[in-house]
Amino acid sequence: MMRRFSIVLSIILATFAVPINAVAQELTTLEEYMYSSGKMNVVIMVVFIILVGLYIYLFRMDRKLKQLEEEVKK
Amino acid sequence: MRQIWWRLLCIFLLGFAAIFSLVAPLGPGLIHVDDPNLVSGIQERMIIGYNTHFEAPDNELQVFLAQDSVYLCTEIVRTDSDNRVVVKFDIPPTLPNRNFSVYVNNTVDGTLLLQNAFFANGSKADLNAELPGCEVSVSNNENTLFGFPFQPTIFETIRNLMFHVPMWFTMFVLMFMGFWSSIQYLTSSKPIFDARAEAAVKVGIVFCILGLLTGSVWARFTWGAWWVSDPQLNGALITFLIYAGYLILRRSIEDENKRGRVAAVYSIFAYLILFILLMILPRFTESLHPGKGGNPGFNSYDLDSSLRMVFYPAVLGWILLGVWFYSIQIRMNRIQYWLFYDEKI
Repeated sequence: MMRRFSIVLSIILATFAVPINAVAQELTTLEEYMYSSGKMNVVIMVVFIILVGLYIYLFRMDRKLKQLEEEVKK
Repeated sequence: MRQIWWRLLCIFLLGFAAIFSLVAPLGPGLIHVDDPNLVSGIQERMIIGYNTHFEAPDNELQVFLAQDSVYLCTEIVRTDSDNRVVVKFDIPPTLPNRNFSVYVNNTVDGTLLLQNAFFANGSKADLNAELPGCEVSVSNNENTLFGFPFQPTIFETIRNLMFHVPMWFTMFVLMFMGFWSSIQYLTSSKPIFDARAEAAVKVGIVFCILGLLTGSVWARFTWGAWWVSDPQLNGALITFLIYAGYLILRRSIEDENKRGRVAAVYSIFAYLILFILLMILPRFTESLHPGKGGNPGFNSYDLDSSLRMVFYPAVLGWILLGVWFYSIQIRMNRIQYWLFYDEKI
C-alpha cells in the first residue's frame, strides 16, 4: 500500500517538474478566486492541504493498528 | 501517561500559531494603479491600496511619483474610500527615465511604496532631461499598527510562512533522528534503533509530502507556476524520492540483520545528501526562496518582529507534533516486531 502510494505520488510530482511558462494575462476562474481578497484563499487552501494530509496519515495509522489488534487477538 | 507536558505545550503552541497567523491583520500597502500607462500632459490616476487608511480623520495624505531620488508632485483629487485615492499630475514630454514609482505618505500607515507603478509610453527618454522636482519632506513615518509586513505580490500569503516552512523544519528534525538512530544501530546492532530509524523516516516523509504540496500551491499563486526549476524545489523533490527509496528498500530485504544494516547505511547517506541539497547547494545559485542564493546571515532582513513572534512558536509546535507522531509510530513498530519475531525490543 505504502509502496504503491509513493510510486503514484512520485509520478504526480514528476509531472509538476516540467517548467510551465507563466502566461498570466487572462485570469482563469481559479486564479480570480485565489487572487481575490489579497490572496487570502491561498492560505486557506494551504491549511486545508495540511489538515487533509494529517487526516490521511491518522486514518492509515488507525487501520494499521486495527490489523495489529486482530493479530494480537489471534 | 509519562511526560505529558510537551504534548500540552505542542497543543498550546500550535493553537497560538494557528489563531495568531490567521487572525493578525496584514500591514498596509499599495497593490496597483488603475492604468499604468502614461502619456505626457495632465494625467489622472487612481491608486489602490490594501488595508490602508486614506480617509482616517486628521490624516495628512501626500502622494508623489519618484524616479531615483527625484520626485514629481501630485495633487490629490479625491479619496474614494480608505483604499482608493485619485491623484492628478503633469508628465513632461522628456524624461530621464520612463519608469515611475509611487510613494504615499500618510500619518496612520507611514510611507508606502509601489515600485515601477507607472510607465510613461508617450514621453521621450533623455538622460539629461530634468524633472521639475518637488520639495518633499520624506518623514520616515513608521506604521504604528500591529500587523504582518505587506510584501509585493505576496500579500496575505505571507501567513503561509507559519504553515509551509515548519513542515520542512519538522522534516529536518525527524530525518536527523533517523540519521542518529541509524548510526546507533550500526554501532550497537540493537533492533530498537532500526525500528526508531524507520519510524522517524516514515513520519518525516509525511511532512516532506505536505511541504511539497503546500509549497506548490503557494508557488502557483505568487510565482505563477506549480513547479519552477529552482534548486530548492528540485532538491526537495529529490529528497522525497530518496526517502521513498529508503522505505521501499526496507521492504525488499527479508533478513532482519541485513535489512537493518543496509537501511542504516542508506539512511546516513540520505541525510547527508538531504543536507547538501537543501542547505548548501541552493546558496550557490540563484533561488526564488528568500535567504538563498547568498549569505543566510542576511536572512534577518526578511523576517520582521511580528512574524518572528508567531513563526518560532509555530516551528516549535510543529516539531513537537512530529515527535509526537514519531512516538506513536515507534510504539506501533515495537508491537509489530514483537508479533513478528516474538521478542520484545
